[in-house]
Amino acid sequence: MNVGLEHYLVVSVLLFCLGLLGVIVRRNLLVIYMSLELMLNAANLALVAFSRYTDSLDGQVFVFFIITVAAAEVSVGLALIVALYRKRQTSHVEDLTTLRL
Amino acid sequence: MQDALFYTFAFLTLVFGFLVVANPFSRNPVTSAMFLVLTIVSLAGLFVLLHAFFLAAVQILVYAGAVMVLFIFVIMLLDLKAEERRKIKKLGIVGGLISAGAILAIFLNSLLKAPLGAVQSPAVEGGTVPLAKLLFTQYLLPFEIVSVLLLVAIVGVVLLSKKDLK
Repeated sequence: MNVGLEHYLVVSVLLFCLGLLGVIVRRNLLVIYMSLELMLNAANLALVAFSRYTDSLDGQVFVFFIITVAAAEVSVGLALIVALYRKRQTSHVEDLTTLRL
Repeated sequence: MQDALFYTFAFLTLVFGFLVVANPFSRNPVTSAMFLVLTIVSLAGLFVLLHAFFLAAVQILVYAGAVMVLFIFVIMLLDLKAEERRKIKKLGIVGGLISAGAILAIFLNSLLKAPLGAVQSPAVEGGTVPLAKLLFTQYLLPFEIVSVLLLVAIVGVVLLSKKDLK
């Protein structure tokens, strides 16, 4: 059986669902962030597969931008987590239920 | 050969991804981070199979290199010893499984109905030269905007990591 577009899409969908499961189930902010990265990577895989099987490079350029934006997002998010940890001494979402610092 | 490689890398990606999210042996964030590195590397293998060579290199350099170093640094900064003892709530597991399963069902359903067609002679190659040509002609404006975004992110991070947040 030849590997086609749908095989890559199924892998991407499963990876995305794993990431979503991690975001909902895990209670540690850092692990939630890693699950978010998994979801972004799943989207990247789908975009690259589409780009390959529709004979255009636009999808790969999108993935390039997604990687850049994800790097920026991770740096800002981790800085926020560190700032929050300085104030509250925890990175556990159930201890962070108030809006006030 | 290519099929065997695809199945190997896909299997590795999914297994490592599962171990990031729900490792039965350890709830330590460092373990999750290490398995995330392995997930990213096997995804880069899938990218190579899709002939996206430049993106595979960027994936390893940026994700497995820069982003994961950031993660490890932050884990080192925070003292996370107390986190391991916490229990995961039943409600969270049930809710997570239901929502992830629902999304999975929607995706697979639409995938089954989609007229994907059998394009079996893909010729596109994601090398550095064709990608750069596209990036610096058609996508020049988004490229410049992304550079501004990175600058904003740098300024924001410097501001956020000051000792006394006002």
